[in-house]
Amino acid sequence: MHPIDRDAVQAELDRRRDQPVYLHLETTTGSYTALGPEKKPPVIAFVRNAQVTYARGVVTGPGPYRVGLKLQDGWVYADGLTDFVVSERDELLLAGHDPDGHLTVALQLSMRPFREA
Amino acid sequence: MATPTTTGAPYDATPVATPAPFDPAAERGLLVVLPHPDDETFSSGGTMARCADAGVPVTYLCGTYGDMGRRMGRPAFANRESLRDIRERELTEACAVLGAEARMLGLRDKCVEFEDPVEIAERVRAVIEELDPSTVIAFYPGFAVHADHDALGLIAQLAVRSLPAGRRPRLLAVAVGDQEANRAALGEPDVLSDISGTVDRKIEALRAHRSQTEAMFVKWDEDIEDEQGKAFRDRLLGGEKFYLLDPHHVTDYERNRP
Ligand SMILES: [Zn+2]
Repeated sequence: MHPIDRDAVQAELDRRRDQPVYLHLETTTGSYTALGPEKKPPVIAFVRNAQVTYARGVVTGPGPYRVGLKLQDGWVYADGLTDFVVSERDELLLAGHDPDGHLTVALQLSMRPFREA
Repeated sequence: MATPTTTGAPYDATPVATPAPFDPAAERGLLVVLPHPDDETFSSGGTMARCADAGVPVTYLCGTYGDMGRRMGRPAFANRESLRDIRERELTEACAVLGAEARMLGLRDKCVEFEDPVEIAERVRAVIEELDPSTVIAFYPGFAVHADHDALGLIAQLAVRSLPAGRRPRLLAVAVGDQEANRAALGEPDVLSDISGTVDRKIEALRAHRSQTEAMFVKWDEDIEDEQGKAFRDRLLGGEKFYLLDPHHVTDYERNRP
């Protein structure tokens, strides 16, 4: 992945607008937080291959970046995004990483369903 | 992590002061059943290599591709979508180092506990019937920190339980996380595998799981670990410890499952 280029990401968001797209949205602390010094329970959520259609999608912020997708009946939102890439399968992958390179948040859009195990 | 209780009785209820040594010469086959690529090396890589050295067939039945992991390498070279194939390749390489054959159950990472355990246990049982191992290694349900670990631990136990009495392999369970709490709940481990002769290959296999271990090795190589990291390394490279788990023992984890 590369550091987010807002113009490039905005163009990719525009290209997927006004049609049903598959969404992967995720945030994670990792599963092993209970072993850390603070013994915190993990906080993880993901949605994979939900279909959404957005009329307006915007990337904003000074970095880390935020993305909001305005749906007919609601919103998709992510903060903390730092990196992006368009995959070989033409998926737009946006992610946030902490200083250790661990993924903290992901927002991904694809015309085709994301691969399942 | 389950609250420590005294109900996690070991296979043999008599307290054992010194754990029995793991003896590869006494094994007919070793089957390791854990959910993620890298679980095998972290928990029992040295023991797998010992068995392979002794000519004992070693198989790793891996539950998922670890595709929902958050470690992407350091610096990150994987992403959410490429991680699956990368971890599959890393597993192949690690198993080659350890002398094991890798097989996949193909479940979705982080979702093992939401599957029907009986259905997955039937698939695990079929592999046990095919390979006829003398020992199965799995996580101790309720003492394995990660929800996938606990869930597949129970599934492995159900698989062994479902076999006819004379066909059941010995079930060795791995407890991870807070060692003090585990010892308080389960007592001393029953079996200790001396991995001093295979620890180099365990490290090589750990390095093969590059996306998952690179950040750890940066700290090892520069010797900048904290206290907890050092203790983890010592435990990782010391003997591998196992509890004998009676397939019919109903753990708190099993009792409390949905
Ligand atoms: Zn694991």
